[in-house]
Amino acid sequence: MAHPGPRADRRKFLTGVVAAGAATAASTMTPPAARAAETAPRAPSALRPSMQIAAAETQTPRELARVPGIPGSDFMVDVIKTLDIKYLPANCASSYRAIHESLINYGANKMPEFLSCMHEESAVGMAHGYFKVAGKPLLTLCHGTVGLQHATMGIYNAWCDRVPVIVMGGNDMDAAHRPPGVPTFHSAQDINALVRDFTKWDDTPVSLEHFAQSFVRAYKIAMTPPYGPVMISLDAGLQQEPMKEHGGEKPAIPRYVPTAPPQGDSGAVKEAARLLAGAQNPLIVADRAARTANGVTLLVQLAELLQARVIDTGGRMNFPKTHYLSAPPSAIGSGDVILGLELSDFWGVVNSWTDNGMNGGIGTNGTRIKNGTKLISISSVELNTKANYQDFQRFQVVDVPMAGDAEATLPALIEAVKQAIANDRKAAIEKRGEAAKKAYAEGRARTREAAALAWDASPVSTARLCMETYNAVKHLDWSLVVSEGNVSNWPNRLWPMQKHYHWLGRSGGYGVGYGAPASVGAALANRDLGRFSVSIQSDGDLMYAPGVLWTAAKHKIPLLAVMHNNRAWHQEVMHVQRLSNFRNRVANLGGDLGPVGTSIQNPDIEYHKLAESMGWWAKGPIKDPAQLGPALKEAVKVVQAGQPALLNVWTQPR
Amino acid sequence: MSNDGMRFILVLAAFVYSQAASAAGLAEKGKAAFVQHGCWQCHGYLGQGGIAGKKLAPNPMPLEAMSAFVRNSSGAMPPYQKAILSDADLADIHAYLQSLPKAPDAKSIPLLNP
Repeated sequence: MAHPGPRADRRKFLTGVVAAGAATAASTMTPPAARAAETAPRAPSALRPSMQIAAAETQTPRELARVPGIPGSDFMVDVIKTLDIKYLPANCASSYRAIHESLINYGANKMPEFLSCMHEESAVGMAHGYFKVAGKPLLTLCHGTVGLQHATMGIYNAWCDRVPVIVMGGNDMDAAHRPPGVPTFHSAQDINALVRDFTKWDDTPVSLEHFAQSFVRAYKIAMTPPYGPVMISLDAGLQQEPMKEHGGEKPAIPRYVPTAPPQGDSGAVKEAARLLAGAQNPLIVADRAARTANGVTLLVQLAELLQARVIDTGGRMNFPKTHYLSAPPSAIGSGDVILGLELSDFWGVVNSWTDNGMNGGIGTNGTRIKNGTKLISISSVELNTKANYQDFQRFQVVDVPMAGDAEATLPALIEAVKQAIANDRKAAIEKRGEAAKKAYAEGRARTREAAALAWDASPVSTARLCMETYNAVKHLDWSLVVSEGNVSNWPNRLWPMQKHYHWLGRSGGYGVGYGAPASVGAALANRDLGRFSVSIQSDGDLMYAPGVLWTAAKHKIPLLAVMHNNRAWHQEVMHVQRLSNFRNRVANLGGDLGPVGTSIQNPDIEYHKLAESMGWWAKGPIKDPAQLGPALKEAVKVVQAGQPALLNVWTQPR
Repeated sequence: MSNDGMRFILVLAAFVYSQAASAAGLAEKGKAAFVQHGCWQCHGYLGQGGIAGKKLAPNPMPLEAMSAFVRNSSGAMPPYQKAILSDADLADIHAYLQSLPKAPDAKSIPLLNP
């Protein structure tokens, strides 16, 4: 709700205009004061007019703004500009027209620069991908009702992926004065309620001072680990009304000072170090542990100190794939002490669930670890759990749970482990490292053998797709911004990922439709850093909101999108087939390859033409693996020249 | 060579050819059944396997073992009972998997050895 003061001012504005007009009309009549003047002695008629009077009488009158004073939305732009936000991907909407105008005119469309988006979900997805490269959040604007409804899945993905996005929704709250019809359809009592379950914080400022505090607070909360999206409701009246007087000065804007991330309790850190140092076979499992490149460095230090193998579940690029301590998920059973770092699903790491229709259809649970294995957890997400959405996963009992940010806790843990390692353990630790080197080499050989299977198949095998792509970009400073649609995890298994930006993780909430916009957002950040962006883009993901292709072309965002086009929502293909089998029924294919409702064929979508129509260089469909390498070479050149390029490749299902 | 000898060679060649043609025919039918019954969904069109399903070819397990597994699986693989996959189709699928050539040696593929 807006403050009664400015609300009254805004709503009385038209009345004021009418009154002013009446006064002007009245002045043309003969008022009493004028009549009195007529009786006074006449001034000489030959006096020269002043410059001002001459100008007023002879020149075109200066145009006045219809709304006087400084618009509230100009001040909002002042606030936004204090936070160094580079871009604002958004789909335009009348409920934020005032701040839109201020951003592009008063704010000169810089810091932030408005990026035209076709869909609010795309805008949030772009902000999501951008942050994972740049480490800085973006702002997006939307209608607080219909636009926010579009944006919600993207916000949920950001929430689950612990990524800050600042969302502002326009909303005209004053029912007595807001325009009737469409704007009223687009208004609500509490727009933030729609996303409150999966945002860290939200607010509805009712004055400009309040806005300044809310925006800086929102930024601060979003950027304190665990990161997360935040929401601000932006009243249309507050945007449009002129600023109230503040002694001739604008309201104060609070200074942003980052909050230090939370660290694990020192006693718990010491106990964790004792367990790890004394373990026969300690294991580290990392999910979103490395928030920054320094997180990778710290994790390498800890792993080498203990000669502990590291399972990187891929929420971020936590640990170099080229390091001999890098281990596959199957290594979990070998640990007697397991350290979980920012795991989104600790239960799922140490247990298994088989979807086999047993137990009345609910499947079978099993353990993947030995009896007596000690579990340690460092996770900041414990500080920010909500009730409704179940992203906290199944409950797992942990021996040493720490509510704290893993990356911020690692320096203390490393020091504590150094203190805890007894001299007589050092030989055993070294021996453990030798065993890890052997296991790593054997694992790599097995992975290559698996990749060679169906190497020359048509449609193209996912291993071939990924390795042809790697071959085309390996000489560049590459960043694999997205790998959607499940290509049997080949990039993580075979690409020599070492740098933090070599892999950005996945969507978080597994909401399909993340890949295309997140890859464009990440490519935008990489463009500014001079890196080459490449994505494995699945067909189903692209079709949720393909308009983001246009945004990439419009704003000259170079990106190589190599399509994993298996012509299906393939996870669902397998699900429906599985249920058909459990029920002993032949799956109805309806003339397609997969069960009815799961295939994207008949007709096949010509993604290359779709991309071309929106300003991309594109080629396809490529079904013969021998054609893929040459096409990739062409596409890489196009992207290096600054244009996005897409290859539509028909692939094996997984 | 005597006429009898020549006749024997011709008969043997015809037998071998018919066996090969028969195997090829079964493999072709098996390929269609492999797709129709959805085996490709998790195992790939060439039975190469991946994150969703194990490798089936080349060198598939014996038909008897494969049949027992397919009928009774209680693991991640959903079972196919006779009502939805006949013994004949299963045998054809096995023939198809047997017909698939050996994969190239990973060491001979430059892209796998960057």
